[in-house]
Amino acid sequence: MTALPEATTKKLGLVIDLDTCVGCHACVIACKGWNTQNYGVPLSDQDPYGQASGTFLNRIHSYQVQPATGAAQTTHFPKSCLHCEDAPCVTVCPTGASYKRAEDGIVLVNEDACMGCGLCAWACPYGAREVDEAAGVMKKCTLCVDRIYNETLPEIDRQPACVRTCPAGARHFGDLGDPDSDVSRLVADRGGLDLMPEQGTKPVNQYLPPRPRDTLDDVPEDVLAPFLAPVDETPQGFLGWLDRALEKL
Amino acid sequence: MQPAPSVIIFSTLSGAGFGLLFFLGLGLPVVTGGIAFGFYLIAYVLAVGGLLASVFHLKNPKNAWLSYSQWRTSWLSREGWAAVLALLVMGVFALFQVFFGVTLAPLGWLGAALSLTTVFTTAMIYTQLRTVPRWNQPATPVVFLTASLAGGALLSNNPMLAVILLILLGAAVLFHWWKGDRRFAEAGSTIGTATQLRGRVSLWEKPHTGENYLTREMVFRVARKHAVKLRVIALVLMTPVPVALILLFGAHHLPVALAVLSYVAGVFAQRWLFFAEAEHVVGLYYGAHTGRQVA
Ligand code: SF4
Ligand code: SF4
Ligand code: SF4
Repeated sequence: MTALPEATTKKLGLVIDLDTCVGCHACVIACKGWNTQNYGVPLSDQDPYGQASGTFLNRIHSYQVQPATGAAQTTHFPKSCLHCEDAPCVTVCPTGASYKRAEDGIVLVNEDACMGCGLCAWACPYGAREVDEAAGVMKKCTLCVDRIYNETLPEIDRQPACVRTCPAGARHFGDLGDPDSDVSRLVADRGGLDLMPEQGTKPVNQYLPPRPRDTLDDVPEDVLAPFLAPVDETPQGFLGWLDRALEKL
Repeated sequence: MQPAPSVIIFSTLSGAGFGLLFFLGLGLPVVTGGIAFGFYLIAYVLAVGGLLASVFHLKNPKNAWLSYSQWRTSWLSREGWAAVLALLVMGVFALFQVFFGVTLAPLGWLGAALSLTTVFTTAMIYTQLRTVPRWNQPATPVVFLTASLAGGALLSNNPMLAVILLILLGAAVLFHWWKGDRRFAEAGSTIGTATQLRGRVSLWEKPHTGENYLTREMVFRVARKHAVKLRVIALVLMTPVPVALILLFGAHHLPVALAVLSYVAGVFAQRWLFFAEAEHVVGLYYGAHTGRQVA
């Protein structure tokens, strides 16, 4: 049913640390790998060695930010489904293929019911849904529902592929509905933010803004320059002799 | 948004077809026998032809029948119901008029109401989307409804009603453009709210070197000077030309046929712009619409 649950018992989601993400795209590859071999149809590619295009559930954008004063900064920006509480993608779906689970808040697509109309992708502000061109059905982040409850995996692997893979520890998984969970405390500590709050989607995933950069107040801007000053213009002794000898050659 | 031909054809032709059914259902005019057959043929070809065109937009049409299940929440599902009910009720009404010369007036009124409801539900599919501020305004259903009614009045040979409705259509479309140009700023989404980064934000690198489903479908950009030209063409073909044809030459076959052609061409252009000019907020993540950024 594409009616949203009144409330969900848990709010499982991701916390993404924009301060830590190094933009390596490892999570993109891990996500594509896991989700091509598991839940639902594979994530296809079109013309992969030419005008490459394909389906991804997680993509990394990179932005340049020019603060009012000081140097510009680069921020890498991972983006996958935010498993919104007021998910507009769910209510627009005519077939009932899109749904939000009452038990943990995960937003999923039942591919056996999807007709590939794409309306849910239009309704999502974040670009988190893509129709797979080969299968003609809607694909989106499953929060790795087939890993997090999967008892055949070792306990350490029972988290989303992207979280498990991230070498920088920039992605965290947990219950954002529990104020005492690790992820909720992280969000409280670091001032986690909703993306596009004006869209009224109430995203579950939270983004931790980059920390303010260090400043070198009392030190001259260029701390290394003094060490690079020329040591000796006219060498004496052995070096001087060598220099003169070489000069004559 | 990508102006997909299937959806433009669907919304233009079906709109006119359901508009014609609306007037036939109201008994404007009351027709029977062969003449009725001609009218209903045109109406059904337009309405059903348009609906079939929209099926081409689906990437997995074998599940289309499931789209009748979610009418409680989904406008697209409601559209499906309204269209089938309108076509069925008007079908029975038409059957009696064509073969028995009997006009079941109340059934016609019901069919007329359902026909207009169908057009309204189509419009609401777009109007409901907060992600596309240009569509997300009350004028959107007004444009769809007046376009359908004006087309219906033309096709059902109600010249004076057609003139009034065509003028209303022109006014509604002008307002929709004027308001639409302001909606993105009103909605308040910027690359700043999208990324929640502080400072002047610009896209440094896309997530991938090529295009993807999102950029193809939702980050369509139309050259500004083309848009202005097309607006003029759409408006002229939609309102002044058909109105002048009817007022100058009266309700004869040739001028009305020309007026219908002009109207259809104008609405095609208007619908193309309706999609091509619509800015989806996801474009912000891809560096589009950044002219609107407050630094
Ligand atoms: S991020 Fe998009 S796809 Fe995911 S729940 Fe929110 S609206 Fe739906
Ligand atoms: S593409 Fe599939 S999941 Fe999305 S709205 Fe259409 S039927 Fe529902
Ligand atoms: S949770 Fe799973 S499906 Fe979602 S982005 Fe991460 S790896 Fe991909």
